[in-house]
Amino acid sequence: MSDPKGTVYTETVIYAAAEEFASEVPFQTAIVEMDSGARVTGRILGGRVQITDRVIQVDSRNGVPFFEKLG
Amino acid sequence: MRPVSIIGIGKTPFGAFPDRDLRSLAVDAGWKCLRNAHAEPSQIDAFFLGNFAGPSFVGQNHLAPYISTAIGIYGVPSTRIEAACASSGSAFYHAFNAVASGICDIVMVAGVEKMTSQPTPRVTSILAGAGDCSGEVKAGSTFASLFAMIARRHMYEFGTRREHLAAVAVKNHANGALNPDAQMRKVITMEQAMAGKPIADPLNLYDCSLISDGAAAVLIAPTERAGEFTDKPVRVLGIAQASDYVALDQKADITTFPAVRRASEKAYRMAGVSPADIQLAELHDCFTIAEIIALEDLGFAPRGQGGPFTLEGHTARTGDKPINTSGGLKSKGHPVGATGVAQICDLVLQMRCEAGERQVPRNSLALAQNLGGSGATCVVTILGTV
Repeated sequence: MSDPKGTVYTETVIYAAAEEFASEVPFQTAIVEMDSGARVTGRILGGRVQITDRVIQVDSRNGVPFFEKLG
Repeated sequence: MRPVSIIGIGKTPFGAFPDRDLRSLAVDAGWKCLRNAHAEPSQIDAFFLGNFAGPSFVGQNHLAPYISTAIGIYGVPSTRIEAACASSGSAFYHAFNAVASGICDIVMVAGVEKMTSQPTPRVTSILAGAGDCSGEVKAGSTFASLFAMIARRHMYEFGTRREHLAAVAVKNHANGALNPDAQMRKVITMEQAMAGKPIADPLNLYDCSLISDGAAAVLIAPTERAGEFTDKPVRVLGIAQASDYVALDQKADITTFPAVRRASEKAYRMAGVSPADIQLAELHDCFTIAEIIALEDLGFAPRGQGGPFTLEGHTARTGDKPINTSGGLKSKGHPVGATGVAQICDLVLQMRCEAGERQVPRNSLALAQNLGGSGATCVVTILGTV
């Protein structure tokens, strides 16, 4: 279960957030297709990612997976 | 099942009305609807209300009798239906069932939302509650961001471009400019639509529907009794509601809405018509990409080709398949719970030749598509005057 990896299925950079996240804009969210086949919605840390980019989960906060671009 | 017809319509203008509360908007639409059908409140057998988030926006629960009694409708079943942005489309579906089954005769369906009393980030949070709060919403998703992710994937798979999205906004603004009840009566250019303030890439401000106050109501009856109320009844030829996952990441393919496909296939079959027969439609353009995908899911455009179909002008008011002649959610406004019934009101205006400057000549067979959330509910209604 350590270092779960996946592929970006789709993504967006959010500029207008809900009030709980308003202080964090802009931030990127993505639907990641994990190598296990499951899809999850998570946040992207570090550099921006695009569809088909490989990512690795580096954190989980409040049940939300955080990913970084691989390589 | 017996035939059902629409015998009256009533709407408030859509916009930001700081001095109007939720109930007064709904009552205004209800009274206009009764007058339009030459009906009395005492003739109503049941009241259905579509409302998404009155408790969150204005702090009021138990909304259906709160509104129906203020209209003057007493004693009868009065029920609120919530299905995100498809709330009043779903209310209309359930009202249709009540009349078609013979349980009720004269039924009012109203929809209302009062959104502008909250600041935009709060509105964004309340709207996000139509998504999956255990997953995508916790990650920071807004509705714009969910449809932005849908747009990204549609662009990746089919080559849809920014200008295709902009073409939807330009067209709907051109239509809304002719609608006296629209919230934003402003023509925009492609250049403006391409260069709006970013909201969630690739969507900008011009790709997003509006935050609105407003209400709409319709009165339906068994077709055999429609002549008691109006000489311009509009038949409900087909109607269906379908459902799907709430969370976008649970859907196998986010470039299509299975609930739209399922609901429209059933509605087409019930009406005995095909997509090519439909002469005009009100589609759920909560975001520009949603209209593009609706064109495909309803069978108006080939899969992946909703963007080029729009850019080529087919869906313009003067095109062969006029879409959102009211201005759509984009320009007319999107008081969430009112939208489904408002779409039906706008089609009835066209079908009665009462649409003024935006009147289209081919108006005897029309379709409304009302979408909830990122596709978890869809209601498709087909109307005819023949």
